[in-house]
Amino acid sequence: MIYQDSRTLLAVRDLRATVNGTEILKGIDLSVRSGEVHAIMGPNGSGKSTFAKVLAGHPAYAVSGGEVSFDGGNLFELEPETRSRRGMFLGFQYPIEIPGVANSQFLRLAYNTLQAERGKEELDPLEFDDFVREKMKLLEMNPDFLDRSVNEGFSGGEKKRNEILQMALLEPKLAILDETDSGLDIDALRIVANGVNHLATRDNAIILVTHYQRLLNYIKPDFVHVMDAGRIVKTGGSELALELEARGYDWVSAEFIASGTPKAEVGA
Amino acid sequence: MSSILQNLVNQPYQHGFITEIESDVAPAGLSEDTIRLISRKKNEPEWLLEFRLKAYRQWLTMEEPGWPNVKYPKINFQAISYYSAPKPKNKLASMDEVDPELLRTFEKLGVPMNERAKLAGVAVDVIFDSVSVATTYKAKLAQVGIIFCSISEAVREHPELVRQYLGSVVPVGDNFYAALNSAVFTDGSFCFIPKGVKCPMDLSTYFRINTENSGQFERTLIVAEEGASVSYLEGCTAPKFDTNQLHAAVVELIALDNADIKYSTVQNWYAGDENGLGGIYNFVTKRGLCKGVNSRISWTQVETGSAITWKYPSCVLRGDNSVGEFYSVALTNHHQQADTGTKMVHIGRNTRSTIVSKGISAGHSSNSYRGLVRMTPAAAGARNYSRCDSMLIGDQCSANTFPYIQASNPAAMVEHEASTSKIGEDQLFYFAQRGIGAEEAVSMIINGFCKDVFQQLPMEFAVEATKLLGLKLEGSVG
Ligand SMILES: Nc1ncnc2c1ncn2[C@@H]1O[C@H](COP(=O)(O)OP(=O)(O)O)[C@@H](O)[C@H]1O
Ligand SMILES: [Mg+2]
Repeated sequence: MIYQDSRTLLAVRDLRATVNGTEILKGIDLSVRSGEVHAIMGPNGSGKSTFAKVLAGHPAYAVSGGEVSFDGGNLFELEPETRSRRGMFLGFQYPIEIPGVANSQFLRLAYNTLQAERGKEELDPLEFDDFVREKMKLLEMNPDFLDRSVNEGFSGGEKKRNEILQMALLEPKLAILDETDSGLDIDALRIVANGVNHLATRDNAIILVTHYQRLLNYIKPDFVHVMDAGRIVKTGGSELALELEARGYDWVSAEFIASGTPKAEVGA
Repeated sequence: MSSILQNLVNQPYQHGFITEIESDVAPAGLSEDTIRLISRKKNEPEWLLEFRLKAYRQWLTMEEPGWPNVKYPKINFQAISYYSAPKPKNKLASMDEVDPELLRTFEKLGVPMNERAKLAGVAVDVIFDSVSVATTYKAKLAQVGIIFCSISEAVREHPELVRQYLGSVVPVGDNFYAALNSAVFTDGSFCFIPKGVKCPMDLSTYFRINTENSGQFERTLIVAEEGASVSYLEGCTAPKFDTNQLHAAVVELIALDNADIKYSTVQNWYAGDENGLGGIYNFVTKRGLCKGVNSRISWTQVETGSAITWKYPSCVLRGDNSVGEFYSVALTNHHQQADTGTKMVHIGRNTRSTIVSKGISAGHSSNSYRGLVRMTPAAAGARNYSRCDSMLIGDQCSANTFPYIQASNPAAMVEHEASTSKIGEDQLFYFAQRGIGAEEAVSMIINGFCKDVFQQLPMEFAVEATKLLGLKLEGSVG
């Protein structure tokens, strides 16, 4: 939801990033205010996941230009774990498996670390168990997943639910959900989307990264951005998603190049 | 983040200091005369001198083993001093008489032995350099007929027992280092649990190497008679030195019918510095004989120290239905090298063995699991299960697994599983994205990885081991 008086949570200006010396992000501008839901769409390989990981501080990516302010401060001054503790959450496109570490133990450590950061009470294993089971109900998750190793042997859909469970526990200010819809069957999609809608408030914001329109039937974005070759080439309202669904992405890129935007660097 | 990985495990050794106690050190060098000197200093009976000399003569004909996957400069055995003992001022009647300097040493180590012993209900037979200086709780153990003392004392007080069992599991000429130990061992522990007695508390020994260049040749002998059971804890720390120190211990365990011996080790000797300078060479022979039917011997080890570890706690399963177990965590960092594992030799019928090995390598270290499972023709119905997992931290270390299986009984079953995993950037980033820093993440991953082994440790030791790994993995993150 767009609120006129809400504050800017994330301001990205001309962000450039490289991986192994290759520039992937070529000047991204984006502004996200609290209460808003943004969708970032675009073809495979256009840089959506890279953008998400750069924001979260993945060490494989080097920022080569631009500025990002998050919640009023310079994002790049913060370590990845500090970004998380200050309320930035990344729902991974490919959640990582951690053999030998019980999901409950992992979730509790993440939760308690955040509680400590916020000066709030930490939960002991029993208290946490009650607490997390409540959250799992929202996502119709079987409590058995608490005893299993983090993401190990989870199906694609189960991993995604586990991501949203973490979002529910950590209540981030800004959640970037990278392809949370992929690998979900239609029932799971509905459940996960419900969960996300439930978590969206006036005080937080959500960036949905997806290349299908499907998810957006359930979670209505306020803005839709199209990414191509490391840039945001078009921004519109939720109707843009439907247009993309019908027409594909090529026309957007063509239009963008024709418009001769200064940052386009045609032929680069 | 790869530099975080590197720094993560670079925790300086915390037990590095030298205690200033006058030592009675024999001149360097090894000959029959040295051995006679040791034996005379210790007032030993003739049969023990013969035992030593026989070992020495065999040792002269033997070669240092070249097969372990470790590298080190040739050891000059003539440069080592084979005897060193704190000067006996008076006979010690109580703890109050123990050298205060020594007590301070234990305090620095976090081992306030008197308190610790009482509070934890643990009897601590403290080895300082090569001679026992304090033994607690002996009286209480004696009430149930348990003998727990230094091996020197056992030689004096219970010569018939020592003579019967010493060298019965590890013969004097078993291998190069066992032969050397048999020739020159100076002290160690002796533990005897008589028929039907369940030892009422865990028995514990803290080993400590103190004098520079004095090789340590500990000798441990544990006998559990019919139906007896005991849990024995061995914990080690050593001061920091720049020259390598050779340590070649021999541990023999004997379990008679229905007896049960559990032997747990947490080892944290000086491993050398970040550049691989200094550190202990730990060349140990540990073997248990399940002599009687239904007997059980279980080895649990957490190996985190030493520059080089060469160690294969083994079980010879002679009694029908006997059980051998080996649970191991070996962590190597910097330039440490570990070649460790076990041997399970199945002789009796329906004997069973379990091997669980977890190797963690970081820095430039090399960590090898080497295990032998042998099913002899007589071992009908014998079974073995082995699981060897390796974990790599960073990309400059190595892990190897050398499982040897010799099955000459078609009715025996051998099962082997192995895996290698890596704590990678992506795992640490996943933790970081949930607010969890690299140190905590690594410690959580490692503890998860070692769970199956830690579960086997006595409660108190499990806590210590978890802390120790945490310490080893702590560093300058951030
Ligand atoms: N770690 C990496 N190493 C090399 N190339 C990468 C790496 N990560 C992403 N890329 C490249 O960056 C481009 C964008 O990838 P990505 O951000 O995953 O796209 P999307 O999420 O939009 O499908 C692709 O060409 C991809 O191959
Ligand atoms: Mg992607």
